[in-house]
Amino acid sequence: MTDTIVDTPSDFAGNAAYVLVAFLVIMALYSILTQKNLIKICIGIAVLGSSVNFFLVLLGYRQGGGIPVYYLAGAKKTMVLPTPQCLTLTAIVIALATTALMLSLVILIHKHYGTLNVDEIRRLRG
Amino acid sequence: MNWHDHLPAFLVMIPLLGAFLTPFAASFGKTARNAFFMLFMALTLVVGMLLCTATFDGGVLVYVMGGENFSLTLPSGMSYPVRILFEIDAFGSLLIFCISFAAFAGALFSIQYMDRFSGWKRFMSLYFLMTTGALGMSATGDLFNFFVFVEISSIASFGLVAFWRDKPESLEASFKYMLISQVAAMLLLIAIGSLYGKYNALNMGALSSMLRSGTLERVSLALILSVLAFKCGAFPMHTWMPDAYAEAPSGVTCLLVTVSQASFYGLIRVCYTIFPAVTQGGTVGWILIALGCMSMFFGVMMAVVQHEIKRLMGYHSISQVGYMLLAMGVGLLALSDGNSNGTVAAYGLTAMKGGLFHVVNYSFYKGLLFLCAGALYYATGTRDLDKMGGLARSMPWTAGMFAVAAAAISGLPPFNGFVSKWMIYESSFAVHPLLPAVAMITSVLTLASFAKVFQAAFLGPSKAKLVAVREVPYGMLAGMAILTVMTLLLTLFPGWFMDNFFENAARALLDRQGYIRAVLGGM
Repeated sequence: MTDTIVDTPSDFAGNAAYVLVAFLVIMALYSILTQKNLIKICIGIAVLGSSVNFFLVLLGYRQGGGIPVYYLAGAKKTMVLPTPQCLTLTAIVIALATTALMLSLVILIHKHYGTLNVDEIRRLRG
Repeated sequence: MNWHDHLPAFLVMIPLLGAFLTPFAASFGKTARNAFFMLFMALTLVVGMLLCTATFDGGVLVYVMGGENFSLTLPSGMSYPVRILFEIDAFGSLLIFCISFAAFAGALFSIQYMDRFSGWKRFMSLYFLMTTGALGMSATGDLFNFFVFVEISSIASFGLVAFWRDKPESLEASFKYMLISQVAAMLLLIAIGSLYGKYNALNMGALSSMLRSGTLERVSLALILSVLAFKCGAFPMHTWMPDAYAEAPSGVTCLLVTVSQASFYGLIRVCYTIFPAVTQGGTVGWILIALGCMSMFFGVMMAVVQHEIKRLMGYHSISQVGYMLLAMGVGLLALSDGNSNGTVAAYGLTAMKGGLFHVVNYSFYKGLLFLCAGALYYATGTRDLDKMGGLARSMPWTAGMFAVAAAAISGLPPFNGFVSKWMIYESSFAVHPLLPAVAMITSVLTLASFAKVFQAAFLGPSKAKLVAVREVPYGMLAGMAILTVMTLLLTLFPGWFMDNFFENAARALLDRQGYIRAVLGGM
């Protein structure tokens, strides 16, 4: 692994994955903005989190790279970058915590308001 | 090896340890639990103060986490830092100063305020975690680590806003806050990831030394700016703020105010230190000024019509953040007028000092106002101003401290709010005469609004329902008194604070090369 700036893959296969990330992000934002059901909004948040994690893993990928452990990589001298994988692990834990908390809030909201429709949950105004 | 060198690590270690020891301490009974809570908060405050004294002479503290040596920023011959490191300069320690004081005062207040409720263990743990997050945000030198601390403080604050989970309003406020906050956090992560993809670095100093202007950088900056402006409650993204501030327990709101200040710190750090290549043109400066003016004006306009005391103060928070955004935007404009080596036109430096002064003022008087609102709620059981009246007779201490805070936030001379606002008027006049006009109108409306609150709550005839109201317990008064004393100190010695605190903090913020050098060595 060198610490110089490495080119990101420029072939079609490399870019297709980025297009998929963009598609997932847009889909997630669309569901968050348009859906009325709190559970569906939570799904949107979860998809958004996963797509960002996907993006991070993708950033560290190098064409034909091996695992980034020096004495296990074997003869391969190209390795994928380890940092984005660490970032992803951290981000997954954070996303898990927020999704769990969000769903527990949804349960409590349903208990109090008796509905999951965002249009009917509006006591805070003005 | 000196224990002093490990202060940056202690800064987040102590509250973090406190968060996880809380259930253990709570099993020894109520007194032990409260003593433990205050002891760890006091330790955090002491470490924060020691850090301030270590950095206010212009030094930059660097601490490498998980390395073989805590001062080795570039291990094994690498040219860029790979480990997470903390980097604290005078600007960062200014925020640490505010956060540790507000956290201590809020904790002291909460002990008796929350006494009649259950769930204390969870409250204390989350309170510690939120403090950890806010302190970490102002101490870290790594963008991804910044994101992690943002998330720590956010998740803890979601829990604390919804602490009274039997109240539907607080659940709704928490969910709203959480929803927008999570989308924002993910966008922040995308921006950080894009920067990493291009520059292979997450360290702020290293990024700052490499960053060139380009489309990707502009998009990243736009994402980071909008996310952090949302987190500190600037106008178009403000909707969560009055809800969350009003529904959270008051001690928590006092800390939430400084958490939003930590986001403001991130915003300013990103604009001044990491992205000068992009902000050089002055566009970003104007964007901050526009955000600031809109926040000031619309925030106060919405506050004037409120009848519920904490919501009203929540809207005032938006307009107060506007002042700081305006000041920092003016500073950024002045910086693009001068050259990139840290020299800046005189009005820019005044604006920055005024803005930083306002950050500290705001943390103290706003925290105090929310604590006073909490005291009123504790004593009367209502937050509706129309149902209060004549409380100055039964709650003289609260009334007195509220008067100090209200005078400070309205910018009445000789209070500290006047000094910082005056510096902002003076410097923004150099950019455009309309800017101070907007700021002054806002200030007048703020005064009108707080005169209304004071009159409605404390003056006039006593309401029949409120004859049994007594002054709040001493513990709560002590929490409020800390912030009152700080506000009065800032009022009485603005010159001393200016020379020793804000001047150095503004210079540290301008000294980008010094910030980079502390990490990368001689460059």
